[in-house]
Amino acid sequence: MSNHKIMETPLDIVVSVRNVSKNYGDIKAVNSISFSIEKSHTLGLLGSNGAGKTTIIMMLMGILKSSSGTINILNKNIYKYRNQISKEINFASPFVELPHKLTVLQNLTVFGHIYGVKNLSYKIEKLAQDLDIKDLLKRRVGRLSAGQKTRVSIAKSLINDPKILFLDEPTASLDPDHADWIRTYLEEYKNNSGATFILASHNMPEVERMCNNVIMMGRGKVIDQGSPADLIRRYKRNNLEQVFLQLARNDRYSN
Amino acid sequence: MILFIRRIYAMILRHIYLFMVSWPRVLELIYWPFLNMVLWAFMSKFLAQNSNIFLLASGVLIASVIMWDTLFRGQLGVTLSFIEELWSRNLGNIAVSPLKPIELILSLIVASLIRTLIGVGGAGLAAYFLFDFQIPSYGLGFILFFINLIVMGWSLGLAICALLIRFGLSAETFAWAALFFIQPLCGVFYPISILPEWLQPVSMLIPATYIFEGMRLTFFEGVFQVDLLLKACFINLIYIFIGISLLLYSYSFAKKKGLLLGNAE
Repeated sequence: MSNHKIMETPLDIVVSVRNVSKNYGDIKAVNSISFSIEKSHTLGLLGSNGAGKTTIIMMLMGILKSSSGTINILNKNIYKYRNQISKEINFASPFVELPHKLTVLQNLTVFGHIYGVKNLSYKIEKLAQDLDIKDLLKRRVGRLSAGQKTRVSIAKSLINDPKILFLDEPTASLDPDHADWIRTYLEEYKNNSGATFILASHNMPEVERMCNNVIMMGRGKVIDQGSPADLIRRYKRNNLEQVFLQLARNDRYSN
Repeated sequence: MILFIRRIYAMILRHIYLFMVSWPRVLELIYWPFLNMVLWAFMSKFLAQNSNIFLLASGVLIASVIMWDTLFRGQLGVTLSFIEELWSRNLGNIAVSPLKPIELILSLIVASLIRTLIGVGGAGLAAYFLFDFQIPSYGLGFILFFINLIVMGWSLGLAICALLIRFGLSAETFAWAALFFIQPLCGVFYPISILPEWLQPVSMLIPATYIFEGMRLTFFEGVFQVDLLLKACFINLIYIFIGISLLLYSYSFAKKKGLLLGNAE
């Protein structure tokens, strides 16, 4: 296991996870993990299915209580200050959809009000322009293609200018062209806004491209962590996918 | 405070948008209460021609059915508004957002009120124009009866939402069936003295029992019994407290078990 430190100065830390575990009865979904994320960085959460990635994201967003340990988001305990923190974070996943019967504009309006967005009409117009969904505003979400739905979901997740954005497989089911478009947009957004991203993905080229740091998970534990380049170098591989396969298989056979 | 109201407004807006784009939903709201009322209004007419009791109080069956629909639509309004979030796999987005559970509850209650007013309001208007039955003519007490019925509907609806959070859409049947278990016990169309003696104490635990009893007394004897209304109010207060507590507990339980995102998938 690497001793590589993701943080540099405590002042820049926006996510701090210390000895966090999540148990479901006898099953340890997450087993005493610790990590930190620096402001404006993108952290990739990697691991096989059931490794505990979604469990961690849910705990970081405060919608799943940890069994033990401490989670601080923006220097505040997520469970104690969830109401305040929730205004500063947002979430996009193709597995959690927006109401299909409502139009794109209606959905964005509803979530804009929920997040207390000022100048909501302007904000929606800006997002529609940036994400190229202007022509979709009056269409029902249920009638959009997968690529269009993803762009709308991203628009919803940026409606409150989140300081921390959770992305759960944001480009799943997209063709390479659309997926690349989304990644480019998110990278530009991050560079302009200084937001921090937490990305769970099975797409290794995506992680390699977008993430400053990566946490490799297996059976609820952190197997290794570091920057994609660092991991590739240390494991003497050509790309992150090969590193992932080696770590995942090692983890499988070691148990 | 303003943000608190804005978040509730957003959730109500979500349901208004749904009605705006989905006319079948609005028609469905009006259709069943209207049909029920028409059926029982004709039955009333027939009985009035053949029975002295119904000749004296010809509106009693129409009132019964409209009041029953108020209770049913009140409950259904809460549960269906919540089920919409599960159907659309939107609960995860709501759970992550700043919307607090109590704000979700309040928005469900307001959405239910709107649904009930559309559904029962339509039936009430039809009763007035088609059968000359005027609910307001029975006085303020009757309005208080209606308020009690809708509050009871909310209590039950919130308890069912708690089950939906816990068990997901597999608990959907309760949304449609739960109230019909209570119907024979609360004397919608007959006095509870008809029930077996051992069952009557159970009826006394249901707020609607006092309301329907009070409604019949108003029709048959022209008496408005305040004590019946007060008993219904008292039990309703306990019920709404239990309903809200159950939903809050269920939400907290879902946070421990990771059901808020899971139920949406």
